[in-house]
Amino acid sequence: MSLLTNFLLLLLVVAVMVIWVMLPWYGVVALAVLFAGWMMFTRRGQQAASVAGVGISTLGQRIGSSAVIVIGIAGVVGVLVALLAMGEGYAETLRKTGSDDTAIVMRGSSAAEVMSVLDHDSVTLIPQAPGIFRDAKGQPIASPELVVAANLPLKGGSADDEGSVQLRGVSEQAWAVRPNVKIVEGRNFQPGMRELVVGKGAAKEFAGLEPGHTIHLGNQQWTVVGVFSSGDAMDSEVWGDANVVADTYRRGSSRASVTVRLTDPKAYDAFKAELDGNPQLKVDVDTTLDYFSKQSEGMTKVIRIVGITVGLIMAIGAMFGALNTMFAAVAARAREIATLRAIGFRGVPVVVAVMLETMLLALIGGLLGGLLAWLIFNGYSASTLAAGTVGKLSFELRVSPTLLWTGLKWALAIGFIGGLFPAVRAARLPVTTALREL
Amino acid sequence: MKYLHLIWAALFRRKARTILTLVSIIAAFLLFGMLDAVRTSFNQAGQSANGAQRLQTGSKLSFIQTLPQSLEAQIAQVPGVKMVTYANWFGGAYQDPHNQVFSFAVEPNYIDLYPEIEVSPAERKAFDDTRTGVLVGEKLAQRFNWKVGDKIPLQSTIFPNREGSKNWTFDIVGIMHSKDKKAGGFYDQLLLLHWKYFDETTPFNRGTVGWYVTRVTDVNQADRVAKAIDAISANSDHETRTQTEQAATANWMKQLADIGLIVGSIMGAVFFTLLLLSGNTMMQAVRERTSELAVLKTIGFSNHSVLAMVLAESVLLLLLGGCIGLGLATLIIPTISAGSGGMLNLGAVSGSSWLLGIVLMVLIGLLVGALPALRAMHLNIVDALAGR
Repeated sequence: MSLLTNFLLLLLVVAVMVIWVMLPWYGVVALAVLFAGWMMFTRRGQQAASVAGVGISTLGQRIGSSAVIVIGIAGVVGVLVALLAMGEGYAETLRKTGSDDTAIVMRGSSAAEVMSVLDHDSVTLIPQAPGIFRDAKGQPIASPELVVAANLPLKGGSADDEGSVQLRGVSEQAWAVRPNVKIVEGRNFQPGMRELVVGKGAAKEFAGLEPGHTIHLGNQQWTVVGVFSSGDAMDSEVWGDANVVADTYRRGSSRASVTVRLTDPKAYDAFKAELDGNPQLKVDVDTTLDYFSKQSEGMTKVIRIVGITVGLIMAIGAMFGALNTMFAAVAARAREIATLRAIGFRGVPVVVAVMLETMLLALIGGLLGGLLAWLIFNGYSASTLAAGTVGKLSFELRVSPTLLWTGLKWALAIGFIGGLFPAVRAARLPVTTALREL
Repeated sequence: MKYLHLIWAALFRRKARTILTLVSIIAAFLLFGMLDAVRTSFNQAGQSANGAQRLQTGSKLSFIQTLPQSLEAQIAQVPGVKMVTYANWFGGAYQDPHNQVFSFAVEPNYIDLYPEIEVSPAERKAFDDTRTGVLVGEKLAQRFNWKVGDKIPLQSTIFPNREGSKNWTFDIVGIMHSKDKKAGGFYDQLLLLHWKYFDETTPFNRGTVGWYVTRVTDVNQADRVAKAIDAISANSDHETRTQTEQAATANWMKQLADIGLIVGSIMGAVFFTLLLLSGNTMMQAVRERTSELAVLKTIGFSNHSVLAMVLAESVLLLLLGGCIGLGLATLIIPTISAGSGGMLNLGAVSGSSWLLGIVLMVLIGLLVGALPALRAMHLNIVDALAGR
């Protein structure tokens, strides 16, 4: 009998967890309203509320053991949210880099810009395709760009400690294609000169990237003349004049990619069809949104899996901590509970009261953990070698409301399981035995 | 030691509570074992004895820039160089451009510089004799279900062949096994093809080389040899940068992520929580046993032995949970590595992880036990027995 109930209880837990994971926020709100209504307007509900009130009012006397639940769950939520924020920030940085009204053209089956080579003929042919936005002078806004890597000394490391940065050789058009990129310090490079403008993120990661400094690319000296900001992945790049960069890297007149601004997102299909149908070209066309989102896929998935694995293991630990505390709390109040039942309270109010108490503690823990993660990690900058680029990509951790909500859901789930078993035990304890104890 | 069964009995006085606490401790140390394996595999990448003997020479400009093939003869003449080989990044992908395969186009003597890669003599000969032949790592072959004798299509994400097509065809002539199963994850994922075939087939390479690998005769001379190699092309348009394999790998790993910091902060949060949790358990345990402890004192146990017994109890609790947790990690990690299809290669839980773990268990045990133990020590027999 007891085995069967335990088994049913376990099934209930699994079912509740599955529903809980899928429940959207308005579902949770509806549930909370329903529950509050039950507590206020039914007899059982009122009983449950009064029993819960007694339990909650004595929390202060059990501050040590209650803190175990709160801090345990705060730890889980904090770590989970921080790790997921890392994935979110990374994906967001790359996603923002693209838009659906710009398209990128690369040589066929190139996984990334740096692997692509477009010869001079292709580079002149591509801007003639239809669907490209034209400026006031009737020039198509298309930017042929060269993407290479440069070794530069890392900030805070020894002189020999070099990192890789993505160097983009661009023309005037690069600024027209990406209106969000703005010079924030110094000036733009002059065409034909060995001058560089550096992204804000790159300036943070590498030594010597301040306006006025000279850096070595191979055996050549280049002058940094400005800093630009874009708020996306371009921030981690260094830009120079395409012709001069091509010269340094012996790339001749070839380019890696052509990025174009389309008249509107709907023009993309015609643009792609035209390039695909041209027998002189062997190129792949993608909207930049698709291209950059695809680049972040693998890494984001890895971070998510790591975050959830670490979160799950920690959650198991916290859950058993909560079970422990609540079993002790229930045991300490065994006589009170038995007395309540003896004077006519039914099992349900007792179960609800214990659960409510645990979930309240869990909620506080979840809020605390989320708050800590937000305070410490929101905007925290990190960097990694990104897939599809050849430089360090710096990005900021982003603790979004969605993530905080996920954290709270985890907290409540832990509280639910941690409270359920002690609650059921409290309700099933034979009244006579409990009264006779001590 | 003679009190062990007494401590044991005290520990399992309340089975349910102890087991619940144990599960929490197991979870914490399972996590510790796994994260520490990640950290160690990051730190130890390239740290083998063989790695110390190898130098990598690449373009100073950036790792994507190529070097002239003529450099090989010059490097070979540097005193202290035992052997030199070169390779190119091929950028292969199987079936889908996102299914990337670690593929290098190499000079046939490449394998001689890597004694940790095992290839049977017959397969080695077949590789030398077959222009389109490739050697594939054991795990890579498993991943795509390849066998010796298969003809496989491989796309290069960088290099088209002479017809302008990205699809290359290769014959698998041998399987590479890595000698050291623990550290050899990378070689198991590798695909080697002939540089000569590669260079002749793609119009884009034109006799250039991605990087040189040099084996030095004496590890202590590595720095001098590296400087001498870089001096060859100083002030030319293809300056080089030579590092030991160890230094180069460590540099890559550092750029990939600051693993130490991430692992450190997670473990900080976990152990802080654990401290509180098991501390609470021990507090409860001692509070419940107040009268029993008073009895122990009455029959002649000194204050210090009571202190020691409570401390021992909490250390035992931590050691028990911790060892089970680390043991679980040891069992689980190979499964994860296998399950990820070679994407994640975690080393087993190393001896140093175990050592660090056990030190942590004892330390946390002592910390957790300190307060309850002091309380037990200062217990006044009369008050305790009277239940005051």
